[in-house]
Amino acid sequence: MSDATDTGPVLAADGTPLKRSLNRALRREKLRALMLIAPLLLFVLVTFIAPIADMLFRSVENNIVEDTLPRTVVALESWDRMTGEPPDEAVFAALAEDLVIAVETKTHTRLGSRLNYEMTGISSLFRKSGRSVKRWDLATDGPFREKFIELDEDWADVGMWAMIQIYSSRYTSGYFLNSVDLQLSPDGIAAREEDQRIYITLFKRTIFMSLTIMFSCVLLGYPIAWLLANLSAKASNMLLILVLLPFWTSLLVRTSAWKVLLQQQGVINDVLVWVGLVDDGNRLIMINNQFGTIVAMTHILLPFMILPLYSVMQTIPPTYLRAAKSLGATNWTAFWRVYFPQSVPGIGAGCILVFILSIGYYITPELVGGTKGVFISNRIAYHISSSLNWGLGAALGTILLAAVLLLYWAYDKIVGIDNVKLG
Amino acid sequence: MTDSAKDDGFVVFDHVQKSYDGEILVVKDLNLSIGRGEFLTMLGPSGSGKTTCLMMLAGFETATHGDIRLGGKPINNIPPHKRGIGMVFQNYALFPHMTIAENLSFPLEVRKIGKSDREAKVKRALDMVEMGDFGGRRPAQLSGGQQQRVALARALVFEPELVLMDEPLGALDKQLREKMQFEITHLAHSLGITVVYVTHDQTEALTMSDRVAVFDDGRIQQIAPPDQLYEAPENSFVAQFIGENNTMEGTIEEIKNGVALVKLDSGGMIDAKPINVSKAGERTRVSIRPERVEYNRDRLSPDAHTLKAEVLEFIYMGDIFRTRLRVGGNDEFIVKTRNAPDQRRLTPGETIEIGWMPDDCRALDA
Ligand SMILES: Nc1ncnc2c1ncn2[C@@H]1O[C@H](COP(=O)(O)OP(=O)(O)OP(=O)(O)O)[C@@H](O)[C@H]1O
Ligand SMILES: [Mg+2]
Repeated sequence: MSDATDTGPVLAADGTPLKRSLNRALRREKLRALMLIAPLLLFVLVTFIAPIADMLFRSVENNIVEDTLPRTVVALESWDRMTGEPPDEAVFAALAEDLVIAVETKTHTRLGSRLNYEMTGISSLFRKSGRSVKRWDLATDGPFREKFIELDEDWADVGMWAMIQIYSSRYTSGYFLNSVDLQLSPDGIAAREEDQRIYITLFKRTIFMSLTIMFSCVLLGYPIAWLLANLSAKASNMLLILVLLPFWTSLLVRTSAWKVLLQQQGVINDVLVWVGLVDDGNRLIMINNQFGTIVAMTHILLPFMILPLYSVMQTIPPTYLRAAKSLGATNWTAFWRVYFPQSVPGIGAGCILVFILSIGYYITPELVGGTKGVFISNRIAYHISSSLNWGLGAALGTILLAAVLLLYWAYDKIVGIDNVKLG
Repeated sequence: MTDSAKDDGFVVFDHVQKSYDGEILVVKDLNLSIGRGEFLTMLGPSGSGKTTCLMMLAGFETATHGDIRLGGKPINNIPPHKRGIGMVFQNYALFPHMTIAENLSFPLEVRKIGKSDREAKVKRALDMVEMGDFGGRRPAQLSGGQQQRVALARALVFEPELVLMDEPLGALDKQLREKMQFEITHLAHSLGITVVYVTHDQTEALTMSDRVAVFDDGRIQQIAPPDQLYEAPENSFVAQFIGENNTMEGTIEEIKNGVALVKLDSGGMIDAKPINVSKAGERTRVSIRPERVEYNRDRLSPDAHTLKAEVLEFIYMGDIFRTRLRVGGNDEFIVKTRNAPDQRRLTPGETIEIGWMPDDCRALDA
């Protein structure tokens, strides 16, 4: 280099540092690119990111207690539930005041149902009390402690008050604990009653069945993808159409078709009985259980395994197999040592797709799963649309999301996400 | 053919035919016998069936008719992996998910050779192609020429007696190609292996082979050592295909004492050596190599027939002169002359007389 300035930042023709003028030049282009994708970005933000964020938030949000009973919550702060005594008059007075307003705005029943998730009976207690409190005169009718206990002796129940106190904070871990069959009780975190423990089982079943479906898809899809990649163009196009055909039929129709096939008076059982493999009185139960769900979902998700596999296999030239054979490998060795390793990226992609799709699947298990074959997603749907316990539904959904992310991460660690080829 | 390699029928194609679709014969009646240790090249235009022959020999295609014998035994029913034939593919076909050393070790592993033996052989094979330092790399990390060498080493590492190569140098640039041509012939001869080599580059065929089989239209048109192929083509396809060539069409006037008198369509008579023409009146295509054409009257025999030619272009190329002439309406008649002190330099526009030794001018089928 000829002079000392060369060691400093490189300058553009007008004397500004080259980096800065480059950035300035690029900024316009970046801005233009951003504007081009802005509609999509907005769409994704509104329809995808926002609902997820909302779901994550709902799984911990618990404003309802403090919003409905603000004075009671404050008054309850000084109450020590360990004494075993119900709270004093101040709390009941605050409760009366809160309830009058709540009844007017009709929010007390909603609070009742919210607390009912944690302790059965609270819902009816609130509804019943609401009807009476309406008629009270706050200024003259005190003291309220006796009046409430007279109304319903549950108001003297320390456990019930403890529940209100525990759930009075604006954020709660209650939904998540509920999702894993635990409960926030006055004595800390405790297991739920035996007959209410269903979620762990459901999670385990969901994972287990998704894995089974994934493996069945690999087993069934691999040979088909291989055929697709190795048949003549005409035959493989025909086969591809057959593979895609299910996409053109409604999901409900396909699932119902499985009902026809698998039910006890269905086609398969009829054939088995006719052949004599199965006794007429002993027809196989293949639907409304795990078996039915696995069969139907394997069928529905198979294309998602075949397509990425096919796209990877297409790129593996047949000369590799020939080369392996010319080097002395038997058909099997050539396949296993040379072809298979090169198709692993396709298997990875297919497995991720099928697993993630099936872990959140809902319609098919609902229709053919009976009680033993339903997934966690069916439970989520139940909470969202029937029991209206959105918080619990959100917590279950969040756990599902976390599980998928965790598995994805594990896959990346073990196989490497670079080894996944979707097309 | 080298002296050591005599044609003992190590590889034999016996009336082999091949059709892919049951309608067109891609290989029509192939008869070929290759000696142990011979370097045989199959040369021919695209689509002439070279690869098909190689694939039948390797066992990836079955002959529709006829026998292929290896070391005296028919191999039609032996699967490829039991034939023990090394093969170098045009695109090398190195396994991308294995390192170079693993690639070479693969044929040894499937033969259940012990680990230490394997390592020694892999090392020896890699050293042989001067790739000893690259054992730990992946094929994608090598240049084309290096991959080519590895492919060669892999085809040789299990010590096959027969190695097939299908246009192994097709993807390399000219310089590397020439270097590899030399290395492959050198290796083949020093190891004493039999090589069947496919190319459509005639220089490659001529410089590397003991014998060259010229393919066209599913048949061997001629099989001969390079010099014979060049100097004594047996039909007009071979004459056209190998090297540069001047042709003129005409009719045989008479054949006498092994010399044919040909009356050219453009007028004029010339002497030629009858190759696959037999009687007067037959149509013929006479062919003469550019370097065998003479325009110096002193060098021709006194009774030689000559033709009038007009000089169109004279190109000085250093070691030779290349002259383009118009002879009997043909504007593309080429003459090459050595740059000797006594050689006359021609000027465009001048009219000269050209002639040749009757032996150099071959009367072939039209
Ligand atoms: N798998 C196949 N199915 C049908 N026809 C084929 C197949 N392989 C080759 N052919 C046909 O057979 C003929 C000979 O092909 P081949 O590959 O042997 O030619 P080639 O001499 O090796 O040509 P090139 O120099 O271009 O490699 C061609 O017409 C080709 O179209
Ligand atoms: Mg070919």
